[in-house]
Amino acid sequence: MSGVGWIVPVILSVISASTPLLLAATGELVAEKSGVLNLGIEGMMLVGAIVGFAVTLSTGSAILGIAAAGAAGAGLALVFSVLILLLLANQVAAGLALTIFGTGLSALIGKGFVGAAVPQLPKLDLPLLSDLPFLGPVLFHQDGLVYASFLLVAGVAWFLHHTHAGLALRAVGDSHDAAHAIGYPVVAIRFAAALFGGFTSGLAGAYMSLAYTPMWAENMTAGRGWIALALVVFSTWRPARLLLGAYLFGGISILQLYVQGLGLPIPSQFLSMLPYLATVLVLVLISQDRMRIRLNAPACLGRPFLAAG
Amino acid sequence: MRRRTFTKLLGAAAATAALGRLRLARADEPFKAGFIYVGPVADFGWSHQHDLGRQAAQRALGDKVKTTYVESVKEGPDAERVIRELAVAGNGIIFTTSFGFMNPTIKVARQFPKTKFEHCTGYKRAENVATYNIRFYEGRYVQGVIAGRMSKSGIVGYIGSVPIPEVIMGMNSFIRGMRTVNPNGKIKIVWINGWYDPGKESDAAKALIDQGADIIAQHTDSAAPLQVAEQRGVHGFGQASDMIKFAPKAQLTSSVDHWDEYYTQRIQAAMEGSWKTEDVWGGFKAGMLHMAPWTNMPDDVAQAAQSAEDGIKDGSIVIFKGPINDQSGKVKVPAGTELPDADILGMNWLAEGIEGTLPQ
Repeated sequence: MSGVGWIVPVILSVISASTPLLLAATGELVAEKSGVLNLGIEGMMLVGAIVGFAVTLSTGSAILGIAAAGAAGAGLALVFSVLILLLLANQVAAGLALTIFGTGLSALIGKGFVGAAVPQLPKLDLPLLSDLPFLGPVLFHQDGLVYASFLLVAGVAWFLHHTHAGLALRAVGDSHDAAHAIGYPVVAIRFAAALFGGFTSGLAGAYMSLAYTPMWAENMTAGRGWIALALVVFSTWRPARLLLGAYLFGGISILQLYVQGLGLPIPSQFLSMLPYLATVLVLVLISQDRMRIRLNAPACLGRPFLAAG
Repeated sequence: MRRRTFTKLLGAAAATAALGRLRLARADEPFKAGFIYVGPVADFGWSHQHDLGRQAAQRALGDKVKTTYVESVKEGPDAERVIRELAVAGNGIIFTTSFGFMNPTIKVARQFPKTKFEHCTGYKRAENVATYNIRFYEGRYVQGVIAGRMSKSGIVGYIGSVPIPEVIMGMNSFIRGMRTVNPNGKIKIVWINGWYDPGKESDAAKALIDQGADIIAQHTDSAAPLQVAEQRGVHGFGQASDMIKFAPKAQLTSSVDHWDEYYTQRIQAAMEGSWKTEDVWGGFKAGMLHMAPWTNMPDDVAQAAQSAEDGIKDGSIVIFKGPINDQSGKVKVPAGTELPDADILGMNWLAEGIEGTLPQ
């Protein structure tokens, strides 16, 4: 390993490790901002992964596969939303059930697809940007889902804080009774937010099975859904911090593998722990200002809404 | 109906159902054999190969035998419950296929003295508990010989799962094989501290390739590292099953676990009453380890690989025969001595030529 020749491959690995986290967490952030706590990210990611893989394999079109994956994630989120928004089931329990259901459903669908391979998602070059000296190959020679993750984060940040609809969503999440009194359709907004969360989780799953490791293997997300969930809290529900958190976690996860390869006498178990440690550490540091956290946390997170009167 | 009454009725129904499954086998009923896998049959690796063995035994013994399996059983209290259920359901022999099933197997075996149990990769036995394993390290030696000849950089990237003797002996065997061809060959290790995470395995492979490895070996369960090898234009070895479909240009060979004959023999022995507890640790000679066809290599390398395999089979090559030094240069196996099985099973040191640490 010499000089700076390894920086580009490392950054590329970091981007691919962080993208599924970012995709899933962005959607969950929107859902949570509206007051919906969806613990079923892992299940939705897995279903998105197998559906995306299966459709891509059958039709030969990655775009169809990705769309199908998003739809599958949203479909699972629809089941969840009906349970918690119409039947007023406990959100935590329903979310956990969704994870278990999604894991099993994906395994069932996936039985016929083990051992199959699809071509990896092609990298897309952008006209002028890809020719930039350093940033070119690093940032602008990525597949569609990586670009989508950046656009999504930017789009969600703009939507939440610069549009009226975003304001309505945040109002629903902060005080659903007041929002209802003003006349916002609380249930409809939460439905939409939860479906969006499911959609992005499906995309994150599709990234795992089409770009990251183009194959299907049972339980291939290996807990990334839970990490995405934690990242939403880490970000104190702010999209910019979500980007930081996803890349911090993904970055350290990759760097610890490179450090191991260097042969330094650091126990590998400690290095495996490092991403989690680093995330907790940074969280402690940025949580010094507790008022700002309270300002951003949706006050009605996880609470069922019953229209009074 | 009051809740307490309902619960009591429910409990009675469950107990009856459980009791109903405890049947005494009749003479005309097929002999039942149960299998417990730690992962899904669809893992295309460890559990997949066990299930192929089960299917082969079922085919060989036909109507006389009825095999069933439970997959994705986590090591721990869940395992005990499943093993007990299989015993209660009347299985005459039960195969538990992961190291972490050891204590639950022994525990349940005590309560079902008439049932035979076989624990894979373990070391605790009883009158009705046998252990069995494959000398995977023999396959690693052959891989090492191939790597020595095929690697231009002389660096092999090895993706380790957990630092237990089974994994360590594989690495040491690999470097021994490699250094018979290239005395300066090196292994770089990355531990993922788990057996299965396709994403992480793929990242580990990328990290190793970026650091100069042009051959990838793994002791983890998915085909992801081979996929990365294929993408990057380097070579690698498949694990537990033939992974050529994932890496048609990258796979050199694969260590393939082969349980067919073993399972058939043991089920037959249990059926006929000739089953006895023993400790089987078979490799090439016992036919329990196969190497996938030599691919993507020139003929002379394939010949060298075949000679290595044949040499191990007929005993002319003894892998852990001294002198062998550890990473610090200390002599671990003196010249001329052969390491006994017990010491191989407890191996906790890395041989010279391996870069990377073992947590103490």
